[in-house]
Amino acid sequence: MKTPTRLQWYLIGIALTAVLMYIIALSGFSVAHLIETGLLAMTPLALAAVGECLNEQAGTVNVGMEGIFLITAVLGVYWAEIFQDGLYGLLLGSATGALIGLLLGAVCVYGKANQVIAGMGLNIMALGLGPYMLMSIWAFPGIHVFPRELMFPPIHFSLGDGYFGLSPVTIAAIVIAILAYLLLKRTLLGIRIRAAGENPVAVDVAGVSVYKVRLLMCVIGGALAGLGGAFMPLGWFGGVVKEISAGRGFIALAAVVFAGLDPLLALVAAFIFGFSEGVAFTVAVSPGVKEIVPYFFVQMIPYAVTLLVLTAAIGGKRFPRALGRPYIRE
Amino acid sequence: MSKRLGVPVRPILESGLAVVIGIIVGAFLMLAFGYDPIRAYAALFIGAFGSPAGILESLAFAVPLMATAITFAVGVRAALFNIGAEGQMYLGAIGAIIVGSAMLLPAGIHPIAATLFAMLLGAFWALPAALLKIWRGVHEVVSTIMLNWIAFWLVSFLIRTYFAEPGRAERAMPALPTARYPILGETLTAIVFFVVGVCILVTILLWRTGVGLELRLVGDNPEAAKYAGASRSRAILVSFGVGGLAAGLAGASQVLGRPPSWTIYGTLGNLLNLGFDGIGVALIGRNHPIGGIFAAIFYGGLVHGGRFMEYNVGVASELVDAINGIIVIALAAPEVIAIIRRRRES
Repeated sequence: MKTPTRLQWYLIGIALTAVLMYIIALSGFSVAHLIETGLLAMTPLALAAVGECLNEQAGTVNVGMEGIFLITAVLGVYWAEIFQDGLYGLLLGSATGALIGLLLGAVCVYGKANQVIAGMGLNIMALGLGPYMLMSIWAFPGIHVFPRELMFPPIHFSLGDGYFGLSPVTIAAIVIAILAYLLLKRTLLGIRIRAAGENPVAVDVAGVSVYKVRLLMCVIGGALAGLGGAFMPLGWFGGVVKEISAGRGFIALAAVVFAGLDPLLALVAAFIFGFSEGVAFTVAVSPGVKEIVPYFFVQMIPYAVTLLVLTAAIGGKRFPRALGRPYIRE
Repeated sequence: MSKRLGVPVRPILESGLAVVIGIIVGAFLMLAFGYDPIRAYAALFIGAFGSPAGILESLAFAVPLMATAITFAVGVRAALFNIGAEGQMYLGAIGAIIVGSAMLLPAGIHPIAATLFAMLLGAFWALPAALLKIWRGVHEVVSTIMLNWIAFWLVSFLIRTYFAEPGRAERAMPALPTARYPILGETLTAIVFFVVGVCILVTILLWRTGVGLELRLVGDNPEAAKYAGASRSRAILVSFGVGGLAAGLAGASQVLGRPPSWTIYGTLGNLLNLGFDGIGVALIGRNHPIGGIFAAIFYGGLVHGGRFMEYNVGVASELVDAINGIIVIALAAPEVIAIIRRRRES
């Protein structure tokens, strides 16, 4: 089976979305509201997925994004409360993510670690560190709700007789995806990144440090995942719980695989997965539906969609030859 | 010397070093939030191993981890990262409730029937990941995590509807007295023998049978395996199948073999993270089922002792999971251990 080109993917995506919107509008839901929720859900996925595209292009896999999400969600709220400003929460959350990316990158690049196991270690660590920090900082188990003023709120546009909210972080995520694409395709650093993943020896021979290129991408990937993690409580939920990441780090990973490491396609995938989550959220609380379909099954939707989309779309993609392999200098 | 005694000294030293790294970083995490690590660790280790009751309780915590460690270890032996023990373990627990709580069987057969059904359900939940890997090349890290979350909501649904205990909204129907394994002391039950037996069986399967040889060959050297005529698909199926059976057993152990609840709590609180903790246990045990037994006892002690640390010193017991994660990261990087060893030698 021939895999569609990027343009075809976009057209398929737009067509499917249009059909879905039509069905949704027919069943009496607000399409604008669904897109609003879908874009919120897309944002952390897109940020992490774009970062991971860069990371994997340079040859390092980070399966620990789930852990970065969880840690930076908690610390993002912590920083926001310290500085009494949601924006500081986002920026310092991103910085925290960059630091975690640096540490994990150092273990993977210089420590020559098995990258999947190191990433899983980060996830397991976060599984404990998240609730531990919630308890240590706010002395309350598993959940913390912060004052509304600390939110980094969406900008509201008037739309018909209602309004449409769009978070600046969402716009940033889209811009970052485009910039990442240009970085990879149009710059010297982009060539070096791709070469570090494809043929690290050649990069080394050309006098560029494979280690530094890979480490830099680990840091950028961590920073973007950290921004996504801090965005969840500060730009979306208004609180943080110990299960806040809820598999999103892995859904982002699925988006990266789906995209074949192309940041723009990763954005599309993040929208598909985010939208399915938005649908799930909306459907879960709709009168008329919630009585028939149990809430538990609605909660499964994002994971089932991810699994199905990944199964249908995989194949025919080329990944960098040195992906996942530590570079050992001769 | 190590060869003659048959004790793998080097792996044990490496695991020990990783554990020390984990404990040291854990101490820094305590200092960062203003706790006293010495008092906390003293409370932890005395609570875990300082009394016969503590040791029995630590063993009870170790039982499910021995099983979920097999899941990850058998995966790694075939070069697969099966991190789906969590979801497969949920399915095992609900399987144990279906037969152990909702069916009437004679006392002798009941626990065995419930355990076997639980294991089968665990293997059933591992199957999609194996098939997707074989047919479509879907990476098992993503597919198993998605299946974990689907399993979480599926089991949450079942225990609050069909298998809810009437009048007790917070938990599912407990296992009937005929289905319970006899208590050995504290909350340790005879299912520990079943689990240790499975560890030994899996060791025999991996190192003494053709199927095991094929599985390890595919894991060690896929190219050579191809030329030797080994079937990659069969290795994947066996690896996921055995892993699923073991994870199902872990779920069963919490229902049929764990007083006082003998059931699943509504939040799945008594099951959560047993699958993920098994990853760390498997790695500390060097991906060997027998090594996993000892690693599980150590980690079970950390989990049980963590409660004393929380009660006596106020350090949230979840810190133990963080320590586990750090140990995993340390074990992932052979160079980290090697660098420390070189330092010490020079």
